[in-house]
Amino acid sequence: MIGVVSYLTFFLTMAGIMAIITLGLNLQWGYTGLFNGGVVAFFGAGAYGTMILGGPAEPGQFGGFGLPYLVALGGGVLLAAALAWVVGLLTLRLRHDYLAISTFGVAVALESLARNSQWLTGGARGMRGFPRPFEAVIESNFLFGVVFLLIVLAVLALVWWGIERLVHSPFGRALRAIREDETAARALGKSPTRLRLWSLVIGAAIMGAGGGLYVSYTAFVSPQDLLPILTFQVWAMLIVGGAGNNRGAVLGAVLIWGAWTLSGFALTRLVPDSMQLDAGSIQYILIGTLIVSMLLWRPEGLLPERISNPRNTTVAKAAHTSNKE
Amino acid sequence: MTVLRIEQLEAGYVRDLPILRNVDLVAEHAKLTVIIGPNGAGKSTLIKAIAGLVPVSSGRVMLGETDITGLRPDLMGSHGLAYVPQTDNIFRHLTIRENLMLVLRRAPDRATRLEELYDLFPALRDKRGDRAGALSGGQRQMLAVAMALANRPSVILLDEPSAGLSPKIAGEVLDLTRGLTEQGVTVLLVEQNVKQALRVADHCYILAEGRNQIDGPAAQIASDPVVGEIYLGGKRMVAS
Amino acid sequence: MIQSLLDGILTGAIISLGAIGLTLIMHMLRFANFAYSELLAIGAYAALVFDRLFSTLVPVLDEAFAPLTLTGALALSMVIAMVLTGLSAVVIDWLVFRRIRQKADPLSMVFASFGVALIIRNVIVLIFGHHAQLYSQEIARATILSFDPLILIKPDQVFVLVLALVLMLALHLVLTRTTFGFALRAVAENPALAQVAGVRLTTVIAAVWIIAGSLSAAAGTLYALTNQLNPMIGPVFLLPVFAATIVGGIGSVYGAVLGGFIVGIASGLALLVLPSGYAPAMPFLIILAVLLVRPQGLFGEDQR
Ligand SMILES: Nc1ncnc2c1ncn2[C@@H]1O[C@H](COP(=O)(O)OP(=O)(O)OP(=O)(O)O)[C@@H](O)[C@H]1O
Ligand SMILES: [Mg+2]
Repeated sequence: MIGVVSYLTFFLTMAGIMAIITLGLNLQWGYTGLFNGGVVAFFGAGAYGTMILGGPAEPGQFGGFGLPYLVALGGGVLLAAALAWVVGLLTLRLRHDYLAISTFGVAVALESLARNSQWLTGGARGMRGFPRPFEAVIESNFLFGVVFLLIVLAVLALVWWGIERLVHSPFGRALRAIREDETAARALGKSPTRLRLWSLVIGAAIMGAGGGLYVSYTAFVSPQDLLPILTFQVWAMLIVGGAGNNRGAVLGAVLIWGAWTLSGFALTRLVPDSMQLDAGSIQYILIGTLIVSMLLWRPEGLLPERISNPRNTTVAKAAHTSNKE
Repeated sequence: MTVLRIEQLEAGYVRDLPILRNVDLVAEHAKLTVIIGPNGAGKSTLIKAIAGLVPVSSGRVMLGETDITGLRPDLMGSHGLAYVPQTDNIFRHLTIRENLMLVLRRAPDRATRLEELYDLFPALRDKRGDRAGALSGGQRQMLAVAMALANRPSVILLDEPSAGLSPKIAGEVLDLTRGLTEQGVTVLLVEQNVKQALRVADHCYILAEGRNQIDGPAAQIASDPVVGEIYLGGKRMVAS
Repeated sequence: MIQSLLDGILTGAIISLGAIGLTLIMHMLRFANFAYSELLAIGAYAALVFDRLFSTLVPVLDEAFAPLTLTGALALSMVIAMVLTGLSAVVIDWLVFRRIRQKADPLSMVFASFGVALIIRNVIVLIFGHHAQLYSQEIARATILSFDPLILIKPDQVFVLVLALVLMLALHLVLTRTTFGFALRAVAENPALAQVAGVRLTTVIAAVWIIAGSLSAAAGTLYALTNQLNPMIGPVFLLPVFAATIVGGIGSVYGAVLGGFIVGIASGLALLVLPSGYAPAMPFLIILAVLLVRPQGLFGEDQR
């Protein structure tokens, strides 16, 4: 019984972390129309940043400052935000593809940095032994699991509330204005580039928080956590749930994480040992198919956005060039 | 004889947001019909809707006996309809010759036709190997008109061919369009330069806010002070 | 140093071949296609299948053209792979991208392209496995150009470079000498005006996919000929071809060619100072540098 409950807390904690990251992506893509091709980079920056600042010292390795938990987490968040800031500064003035390509590139670069910079990241074997938060007060593993789940849910609620506040503030209205009519918004003295930059940075900070929570939960981070699959999963979550609304993002996160976990189980059971590697491929194909089918047949997701959709505003342009073709 | 007939046309760029409402227009064979109206009236939209570049939500465009409403724009040429857009009407990265060969690529006699076009616009022959982007404003319009004429259209739509040109060159371009009617081409012209336009035109339509306002023989419109005052803005008449 | 330069030029030629189609697609359809480099994989694996088929069925074809390891079977297979990959590119466009293009904006296509990439890559893994494969078991003997410093070059590499250049020249002739080439450049510059000039967009877009697919197939096969073939060829080339496109300027074929060589050579030379583990990050650094200095690339128009 305890086994089931503790598995359930594990599942919900992971789903909660994914939901936080999905909310970050929702701010970028759903509310601002920014394409982030490297979600995992910002997650990873948060995770590694938190680990380096708050983790134990390792011989011959930079870091291991053992800073207090919240300081380490804050540092991870800042690192993710700073990364987004640099990428955004370079690309947001340009055509949208540049952001997509650069964020994707950041993820690739970060992964190779993590794999190769032994002195900083521990290389391929990663870094372990992040001190469990509140170790002094909570001794039982089970209790820790429950408490950590509550923390994750609290952060999720906080992020949700923050984003809702943000999109209903003048900032959010300005975002909507540039999304709907960029020229008009520019004429009103709003700087689309700056607004987009803020949205990118805040979204990335939220993803970084997800990474920080992840590392403090598992106490371990390695380049395996930086694989692009996380980016695809988070996208699938947002697109299944429905971009541009927080309920959809969270629903999608729970659904997709559940489906991913279940399909993983099913495949390990059904597929013979000799073909276990293929099981992963099948999961990848499933998630790829899911993304493509949603875009083809239900682009608005399960819970469509209530306010007007950002991606319809370009229809005029499309009609102009691809008329009847 | 009516060559082009537009009936109750409703068209716009975005669904459910028509720019043109119930527009009617008739262009007679080998006559120059001019459309004038304030900025944003929908003149370009009307021309583009005829050329198949703006979706038509209701109404018809008849070319002779053929209904060409909503036909794919690349097929318009084969029906004898040519169109010169208001801006970006040549391929800047292609040479003059390449621009012309592009529109002539299905013509059986393209080599001779190319020479004929060069004879018509000798300035283009001199620069045939240059990138079209390097042409002067007037030469660009010539190239654009040459491209439109390449396949001997029966109807040509011209959207402000004189915009941005010096008064002298603008006058020449308008005389050129007048000359086309003498070769049996039906011309539908959009012009900002009202006075000059009315000088060369046979018939005139005034469009405002996407609707027909008034139409009549060019000479009559030109001499009607009330019309000028109401629809064209008195000052603009004077200024041009 | 010179060896790295040589290797860089060779990789550069392959990247260039890959980037030509991408730059056209990105320019005409206005989306960053992350499934694009999977065309290299499709091509290389298609060549593998036909190579095996021909060498078994028609043993005569299995003779290598000495001093190359290239066999008649592989040469023939490469041509077939180019055609098939071109067609696959068109089919993928019809099944996915065109349908999304009709109702949504380019960003949704970027999204979809990631999904498509995942599917293609992993279907290849399921069929062919993760392990590396070679077209020919023969050892390609390198010729020593110089002992001090030691510079080695394999005949296959020379062949790859020459063939890549020939393909680029062929494309150049098509673009500048045929009315089809004019039509293609016209659509690239101004699709609406191209339609007015009587060009059918769907035809040109299909033609661009065919060009993109076949050049990518050639790139993939040539890469596998001089290195080895595994399902990661797609992801490995993804950033380099994007980098080449951005360096050259989106929409410029010549820019893509030059960009490919620049990316190849720069990555080759960078490995002189950096550990090879950082190789995947090189194209990204090049992209960053271009964005800092000249965002529109060498020959591109303003991309704001
Ligand atoms: N591509 C487009 N998408 C959406 N709306 C457009 C587009 N082009 C024009 N419009 C709108 O259609 C209306 C009519 O524009 P149109 O270009 O037809 O005017 P016009 O009479 O040609 O003006 P001008 O004299 O300035 O050329 C305007 O309100 C304009 O804002
Ligand atoms: Mg106009």
